[in-house]
Formats: sequence, structure tokens, C-alpha cells
Amino acid sequence: MTHTQKRILINNIVMFLSTLSAVIGIGFLLWILSVLVINGLDALSMIIFTNEGAPPGNDNGGLKHALIGQLMLVSYAALFGVPLGVLAGTYLSEYGLKSKLSETIRDISDIMMSAPSIVIGAFVYAIVVSPMGHFSGWAGSIALTIIMIPIILRTTDDMLQLVPSTLREAAFALGAPKYKVIIQIVYRGAKAGILTGILLGVARVAGETAPLLFTSFNDNFLNMNMNQPMASLTVTMYNYATSPYEDWQKLGWAAAFILSMFILSLNIFGRLFLLKKRNKK
Amino acid sequence: MSSIVDKIFANTTKLIAFGVLLLVAWIFVVLFEHSVESIKAFGFTFITDTKWAPNVEKFGALPAIYGSVVSTFLAMILAVPVAIGIAIFLSEIAHAKLKAPVGISIELLAAIPSVIYGMWGLFYFVPIIRDTFGGIGISMLTAGIILSIMILPFMAAVTRDAMNTTPDILKESAYALGGTKWDVIKDIIIPYAKAGIIGSFILALGRAIGETMAVTFVMGNVHKISADLTEPATSIPVTLANEFAEADSTLYYSSLFELSLFLLVISFTIISIAKFYFLRRKRIA
Repeated sequence: MTHTQKRILINNIVMFLSTLSAVIGIGFLLWILSVLVINGLDALSMIIFTNEGAPPGNDNGGLKHALIGQLMLVSYAALFGVPLGVLAGTYLSEYGLKSKLSETIRDISDIMMSAPSIVIGAFVYAIVVSPMGHFSGWAGSIALTIIMIPIILRTTDDMLQLVPSTLREAAFALGAPKYKVIIQIVYRGAKAGILTGILLGVARVAGETAPLLFTSFNDNFLNMNMNQPMASLTVTMYNYATSPYEDWQKLGWAAAFILSMFILSLNIFGRLFLLKKRNKK
Repeated sequence: MSSIVDKIFANTTKLIAFGVLLLVAWIFVVLFEHSVESIKAFGFTFITDTKWAPNVEKFGALPAIYGSVVSTFLAMILAVPVAIGIAIFLSEIAHAKLKAPVGISIELLAAIPSVIYGMWGLFYFVPIIRDTFGGIGISMLTAGIILSIMILPFMAAVTRDAMNTTPDILKESAYALGGTKWDVIKDIIIPYAKAGIIGSFILALGRAIGETMAVTFVMGNVHKISADLTEPATSIPVTLANEFAEADSTLYYSSLFELSLFLLVISFTIISIAKFYFLRRKRIA
């Protein structure tokens, strides 16, 4: 075999292995998705949306408690996390720019985004659950808020920086004060991007389980009082899936299906949009 | 009038941005405060002792540390080659029409919550491991494999982004000299993107070490050090997830807080190294 033939052979082998890797990656995605769809559709019924949890062996168990709990936990987290994240991101992009403080905040936020979320749970346990003496929905929402803030902060920062500075200058030239320029011009220009960031942030915390294990804990029945332990889809999924009861495991799959469809659609929507935006630039 | 509003707006945003820094500092302080009792009681033996026995208030973290290190190491060995392969496929091989759908699929794999990886692992992967390698299927090996699938998409996406930063003109010159695709990848793209690629691996390592739910389902939470990978084991996050809500003494709690602090410091350090040393210029992550 000549040297050239050898090089071509090696090239073909590497190309084959790389393609195989991509097939493996997509294979796992399809495997997980098909498992979710098959088990999820099998377990899905109207009872799931109308009934609360029931003891194992009882056919009337549903997920209403977990769906509503999840919705409340994530909504409150977004209620706190979105404005805080957007305003902090606004500071970085519009005031701090490349200052040392801004750069430090960006770096720390990036690190926090990859830090283990279970540690946030321990922290919230120490500052909320322990002093109050019991698990609560508030504690869960606070944990999710802390996880959400750096995500929203960074996307807001990035999106605001994409707004052309000529727009700001034009508004300044008309005599507008800075806060008006930011709120009426810059936010408007970056609206779609910020919204996408928020969606991705919400999608990210909606799948969090570890920090909820010892903050909102769980409840097998409907509870709308944020001051009490509260069910979430993720913790319910964990408890039901690891239980030995088949009907609970089935409900666990239904919860997994509902949650993952919600998160994946937010992600597909958000990513397609960001992709379009990036290609335009 | 509007200058006052201007000041209020500017200072409010600054205060909140600064609050993010304070929050992170606060997390460290609180975790440390709650670890004091355990630090005082065990000192350095906390990380060298192998016995974790809540009933006699004896807490040694070595089995959990061992489990974290081994499962993460296993995950990296399995995921790195596949991630590089996917990145090469996405940046150099795939037809333009395939790039977006395959790229998005890989990113979707990253968006699936870890609790779902855990559940899928428990019901579909544990039996395979049990039938192939023996044991009960709940094991360090299973945890390592599930973990590798979890970090794969993230590594692949960041590696691809790093590879994509290679200037076309460099690649074109190499092709003009008669290089094959693999020649260009190994002699031009990988050297050019090296820092970014290594950075993405270290970042993935940092994430893997703190990953909780995906492994909690399949690891077993057994505080024992076993060389046999098919035996159940535990890791730092698995111990926290399983025991935090049940701890019944202040020393038990304090030990769990020390574990959390330990985990946070380790992952903070790893992620910082990746970010500051390897990903500094390009801000890929």
C-alpha cells in the first residue's frame, strides 16, 4: 500500500467513526424519546389531570397535585428570577460594559450556571427550611430562582449587546434620558432575544429535581399553599419511579412524558429562533 | 426630574448585578458555617475515613469521593472519543442541510432533564448491565455510562463551536497542499482549537462531578469502596440526594453540609480552570 493510499484509508476510517459517533448520539436521543412517548402515551389518561395522588394499588391516582405544584414552583421562580436577571443583565450591558465589576459578574454567573444544583438546595435548606422549621413551596421556588438568575442575566447581557449602538445614539441625540433609551429603545430591539433567553431559563429550571428534594420536598396531594411542602413533577417522578409499585411507576412515566414534551418544545422553539437570529447577524 | 429617575434606574440595576456576587459569596459562607461542627469533629479524617455510619455518628467521606471520581472518570473515557467524533461530523463532514437538524438533535439531548436520564437508566439500562456484566445492575458502571451520555451532547456542542472558529483560509491552504480531511482535522483544526476543546472537556468534567439525578437512580447509595465496577456504590451528590431530607442529628447534617461545600469547591475550581485557562478568549461556554 502506498503512502497516499494509507492516508486515504485512515481518512475514510476516521470519517466513518465520526459519522458513527453522530449516529450513536442521535440513537440515544431517539431511544430516550421513544421510551418516553411509548410509556408516556400508555400511561396518559384524563384521570392524570383531574385526580390527585393515591396510595399504590388504587387505580384513581393522578398527577393533578404535581402539575399544579410544578406550575406554581416554576411560576414563582420566574416571577422573581426574570426581573432580577434582566435588570442585572441590563447593568452589565448598558452601564458596566467591560468594567472589572461586570466582567467578574459575567465570569461568576458562567461558573454558577455549571455548578451542581444540589448545592443550591443545601444552601436554601440552611437559609429557609431550617429557620422556618419545615419544607415549603417557597423554599423550592427560591432555589429555582437562584439557578435561573445567572442564565437570564447572561442571555439578557448578550442580547442587549446585539442591539446596534447607533439606535442608542439616535435616541440620545433626541434628548432622551438613558433609562428611557434603555426601556423604550434597547429593550424593544432585544425583546425577542430576551424572551427566548427567558424561555430557555424556564425550561432549564423546570427540569431541576435535586434542589427540590429538600426544599419544596413533596406532597402526594394537592396543596396550593406555598408555605407547605409542595409536589413537583420532577420529585414525584423520582419517588414514583423508584417505588416498587407498578401503577406508581406508570404515573412516573406520564409525568416524565408531560415534562419532557414541555421542556423540549420550549427548547426547539428557543433554539430555532436563536439560530435564525444568529444567522442574520 | 428625569435625571433622578435615571440615577435610580442605574443604581437599581447595579445593586442587583452586585447582588449576584454577594449571593455566591453568601452560599460559600452559609455552607461553611453549617460544616463547622463536622470539620471540628472529624478534621482531615473526614475525607480519608471510609466508614459512613449515621447510627454511630461516624462520617467518613472517602467512599463518596471515590465514587464521584471513578464514575466521572469512566464517563469521560467513554464520552470524549464520541464527542470528538460528533464534533468532527458536525463541523467538517455533515452536508450543510444535515448540520442544523443533527446539531439541534444533539443539543436537545442536552436539554432533557437529568431526572429523565436517571429514570430511563433505571428501567432500560440497568437490566442490560445486569444481563451483560452480572451483579444487580445498579452499579458504578451503570452510573458511569449514563453520566457519559448526559455530558456527551454538551461536550460535542462546545467542541464543535471551538472547531468552527478555525479560519477557512487555514483549512483551504491545507487542502490545496493535498491534505485529506483527516490531515486537515488533525494538523490544522485540532491544534488551532486545542484550548477550546480541552476547555470543553474540563467543563464537562466539572458538570459530571456535580450531576445528581442521573446517577442517583442507578448508583445504589452504598458507602463502600469496591474495585468491582458492577457493585453498587455512592458519590457525593448521590449521598446528598438520598440522605439530606432524612438526617436526624446535627452532626449528620453538618457532615452533609461539609460534603456540599466540598462538592461546590471542587466543581467551582474545575469550572474556573476550564473557563479562565482554556476558554478565556473565546467565551465559548
